[in-house]
Amino acid sequence: MSTLTGQTREPAAPGARTGNGIGDDARRPDGTQKVAGRFAFSSDLWADGMVWGATVRSPHPRARLISVDPSEALRIAGVYCVLTHEDVPGQKTFGLEVADQPVLAMGEVRYQGEAVALVAADSPETARRAVAAVRVEYQPLVPVVDPMKAMLPTAEKVHPSGNIVRHFKLRSGDPLAEAPVVVSGEYEVGMQDQAFLGPESGLAVPADDGGVDLQVATQWLHVDRRQVAAALGLPEDKVRLALAGVGGAFGAREDVSLQIHLCLLALRTGRPVKMVYSREESFFGHVHRHPARLRYVHGAGRDGRLVFVKAEMVFDGGAYMSSTRAVIGNAGTLGVGPYVVPNVSVDAYGLYTNNPPCGAMRGFGAVQACFAYEAQMDRLAEELGMHPVELRSLNAMAQGSLMPTGQVVDSPAPVADLLRRVWQAPLPPPLPAVAGVATEGLLPGGMANTTHGEGVVRGTGYAVGFKNVGFSEGYDDYTTVRVSLAAGPDGPVATVQSAACELGQGLVTVETQVVRSELGLSDVVLETADTRVGSAGSSSASRQTYMTAGALREACARLRAGLLARAAARLGVPEPDLSWAHGEVLGPERAVLGLSELLEAGPLEETVEWRHRPTQDVDPETGQGDAHVQYCFAAHRAVVDVDTELGLVKVVQIDTAQDVGKAINPGAVIGQIHGGTTQGLGLALMEEIQIDAGRVRNPSFTDYLIPTILDVPPMRVQVLELADPHAPYGLRGVGEAPTISSTPAIVAAVRAATGRRLARVPLRPQDIVGLDEAGAEGGPSR
Amino acid sequence: MDFHYPRSWADALALKAEHPEAVPIAGGTDVMVELNFNRRRPAALLDISAVPELAQWDRADGHLRVGAGVSYTRLVRELGPQLPGLAMAARTVGSPQIRNRGTVGGNLGSASPAGDAHPPLLAGRASVELASVRGTRLVPLDEFFTGPKRSVLAADELISAFVVRPAPGPEQFCKVGTRNAMVIAVASFAVSLDPERGRVGTGIGSAAPTPRRAGGAEEFLEAELAAAGMWQRPRPLPGPVLDRFAELVTASASPIDDVRGTAAYRRHALAVMARRALSWAWADLMRN
Amino acid sequence: MQIRLNVNGVPYETDDVWEGESLLYVLRERLGLWGSKNACEQGECGSCSVLLDGELVCSCLVAAGQAHGRQVVTVEGLGDDGRMSAVQEAFVAAGAVQCGFCTPGLVVATEDLLRHNPAPSDLEIREALAGNLCRCTGYEKVLDAVRAAAGMGR
Repeated sequence: MSTLTGQTREPAAPGARTGNGIGDDARRPDGTQKVAGRFAFSSDLWADGMVWGATVRSPHPRARLISVDPSEALRIAGVYCVLTHEDVPGQKTFGLEVADQPVLAMGEVRYQGEAVALVAADSPETARRAVAAVRVEYQPLVPVVDPMKAMLPTAEKVHPSGNIVRHFKLRSGDPLAEAPVVVSGEYEVGMQDQAFLGPESGLAVPADDGGVDLQVATQWLHVDRRQVAAALGLPEDKVRLALAGVGGAFGAREDVSLQIHLCLLALRTGRPVKMVYSREESFFGHVHRHPARLRYVHGAGRDGRLVFVKAEMVFDGGAYMSSTRAVIGNAGTLGVGPYVVPNVSVDAYGLYTNNPPCGAMRGFGAVQACFAYEAQMDRLAEELGMHPVELRSLNAMAQGSLMPTGQVVDSPAPVADLLRRVWQAPLPPPLPAVAGVATEGLLPGGMANTTHGEGVVRGTGYAVGFKNVGFSEGYDDYTTVRVSLAAGPDGPVATVQSAACELGQGLVTVETQVVRSELGLSDVVLETADTRVGSAGSSSASRQTYMTAGALREACARLRAGLLARAAARLGVPEPDLSWAHGEVLGPERAVLGLSELLEAGPLEETVEWRHRPTQDVDPETGQGDAHVQYCFAAHRAVVDVDTELGLVKVVQIDTAQDVGKAINPGAVIGQIHGGTTQGLGLALMEEIQIDAGRVRNPSFTDYLIPTILDVPPMRVQVLELADPHAPYGLRGVGEAPTISSTPAIVAAVRAATGRRLARVPLRPQDIVGLDEAGAEGGPSR
Repeated sequence: MDFHYPRSWADALALKAEHPEAVPIAGGTDVMVELNFNRRRPAALLDISAVPELAQWDRADGHLRVGAGVSYTRLVRELGPQLPGLAMAARTVGSPQIRNRGTVGGNLGSASPAGDAHPPLLAGRASVELASVRGTRLVPLDEFFTGPKRSVLAADELISAFVVRPAPGPEQFCKVGTRNAMVIAVASFAVSLDPERGRVGTGIGSAAPTPRRAGGAEEFLEAELAAAGMWQRPRPLPGPVLDRFAELVTASASPIDDVRGTAAYRRHALAVMARRALSWAWADLMRN
Repeated sequence: MQIRLNVNGVPYETDDVWEGESLLYVLRERLGLWGSKNACEQGECGSCSVLLDGELVCSCLVAAGQAHGRQVVTVEGLGDDGRMSAVQEAFVAAGAVQCGFCTPGLVVATEDLLRHNPAPSDLEIREALAGNLCRCTGYEKVLDAVRAAAGMGR
């Protein structure tokens, strides 16, 4: 069920005419191919003479690399080459923000699974045998794995620069502020995996010009190209990337995984090279969500108004930097939640350790903080004897509020309204009261017959969260599009060229909708996303619909201007006498010129590099500054049944309310909300990469569990459309908000059912029944 | 790697005798994972999925003899009423795709302590039929497992069937996992009641190096029920009896901490499941 | 070894198959039928689901040799003459497709479900599709699609 509640709308776009324009439930242009199995994902590529690449990885979380002996592997029939760091012709390190990660290990390996060598062979099985035959000598070292110890000045350094990647400080208001009601707590978030279904894969083909063409599943073609070209020692124009079908991303494809490796192998063998990670390798092949420990103290007046929040957060970034800096920036600036707090002190640390590298995952920084601050809000409500929604609404930020960073919230921030909506949504029917009724599959334990009602208690929980949309803290964030318009046999055709990556979220649908509305035509051709056009920036941070829609709107406006100029010349009237309506130019005396007529003079083309309004770097000592472009908000209510004796949970119903500014495609918006909410459910109840002394214990879908269709409850969604006046069409980024508050809402519901503190996610059965003191009691609480 | 695909049971046994290193593969739900994940490179595979004898079950001398190749789906569909505990366990195995392929024979052959079929078969006092060109032997299931993923199966032997009496009374099975479907058991428990003989059967899974019976709990309950004449005139089980039963079930376990759960939780969960499963089975008995 | 099998009504013969290969690998890398997907290769995700002699299986768990002489239907074999099947149509119409990597497996599993149970309850749908992981949709629109396909009599 969904409700679309229109409140403030921008006027319809100038050319709106078709039923597949902005605001319509247009169908995915790739949907038919996808249901038929004909859509080419990055693992479905093939080329004549192709060989297979594979990666030799370190079994040790930390070791000195003594030697790599490829001779035995090279003797295997069908093996083409074995490459080590000595074969990297250009820059030997790469990285999203800072090039701190070796393309292939040099000197020291810093995490289990670090790439050490590459092989190319005539089949996957030969490649696997070759990988096993590469003799690597390591001298294992004691890994730095405890983040709390890693941040001490005495800790052994993972990198020469020290273990603290970033210390974000925020200071606002009175540091000595006191309050009559104080609650404090320590919280922990485990390491979540994006667990996209399409494994890392791609195909690199050596080109005649000495360059290379790479087809790959990624979130950001140009940032990949920058890193690939640097490592190959080639100019960027010799490295051409095209987007292959992406089987989900959720942040995990923002960093380079096999891109450089594929190109190295292709250039060395002179053949097309394909690589496909297995599921196990995928767990080692991409960054994960930062695990975090968070300590909060909240102070409030007896009326419930927040007086101060003090927070200290430690995020384990693992062996390499990836996007740790941005994660810390988000956690720090968003760390008190969507509330007005006059006195704030936040210290957020991002660390290097010898654990698996962590980087982008849906909602990064905001997810970890929200779990903690929403638990704190519930404790405060309990302390004050207030309803959790009441307390939150009392402190909710709104348009005009001041962030702890000093930034004014200058567009709608309907935090209280979202909470009220989920609070007032109809509740599910009550728990069947009689033990022994036919409830198979409906109770905790699912189909496994663990209860007939015994021990089952229902609980309800609420949470609200927010996140910045787009790249923040002064980043020059832009998107390029090229739109051309030409006459076709069946009417005018618009062609869109863009490097923006479709990951499943529906960007391709949005692109067609915007162009149809803006130009009033029906035929929109989307060229494969590739590097023939300028960077689109990343499909991450809930930014790509915002940015690409903004860029397309601008490009279409320029095309319309070009058409008007042509019409003016043709009709011999001044441009101001002409107007644009529904894909036609209207002149004086009922003169009408259609697109096709205007395109007789030849096609038109516009390339636009579009930026959102600038943001500022924050002050390093106080965290003050206009760091963010826009925020997205969502609230959840979760109803759960908990088997309090076995510690098993069945989520009964989740209600979500989210403001999206403007739903370009309402169906896709709701799909994002369902999917994001479900990933939050996974973090609440089951998803964790378990690490022991730097080693991953569960790199498989047998032991890294993601929700099945039996774990997900009916999800009802209320979508608000409160236009952001600063954003194209008033829209707000959608993808991340629903992931942020679903986790704390579910945990709050489990707390309500069990009466336990539950300060760690994912919840484990032993925590829920109270067997694990640390998990159940959240460590020492003061 | 060689691939042998006998089309008859005699051929299968002959091939196994000739190639004792060949790994039998039926539904592939364990073997193929090991191959796909590069964990195992056996010299040969022995595909027994097309051996017609293995796909049959029949009833003789008051026992069911179920071919090792009968899938979980068929067990549920064809043998549910006769083996309700096993059918309940079969329904919790993986997904429809896995249940269509997976077999009890494969479960036994893998001998995982977490095998879902094991607890109800232990509770039902099943035996495993092992065959080779040397002959056939029947091994009681609680003597079959020798360690984690180890059994008495000899290198030249194949599992031909399991043999079990149709449930003489109520049976229950429950399994704890951290997801509502598609989980490997964190711990599981099965109970079987035989009112005619006054026997109680149990099986515990994922809580010891092998699946095992909780002998102490069985003896305790049998004695209690006999002393109180409860088999003849069933009355609700007293709380202390349920408690003691659960305690003895837990005492039979020797779980470990692993990636799926802690030893402490496994003990706790077994106690809860034992109490519940017995109370449900007993309630079923009282209803009949 | 050599494998002969019938896929979507078309006989195939392929040589030099490695004995440890899965049916999934044969379909994808030898026959060029990329529709069946390779997300986990351990039977946990269902994205490689096909019908083997009419039975729903994970093709990653079928040894290539076990498919010798058998009939396989993959996602490419659904629908008639390039027209989508009702299930496929319902998945597109309901918005049950996002990245689409799980979609072929879900479509095949849904076809199998509706063949055996033309009017499933929500719980029956959930039980039938529990072996098909989807990371994008949260399954809500998948349920919509299955209900719609059942309503159309497939």
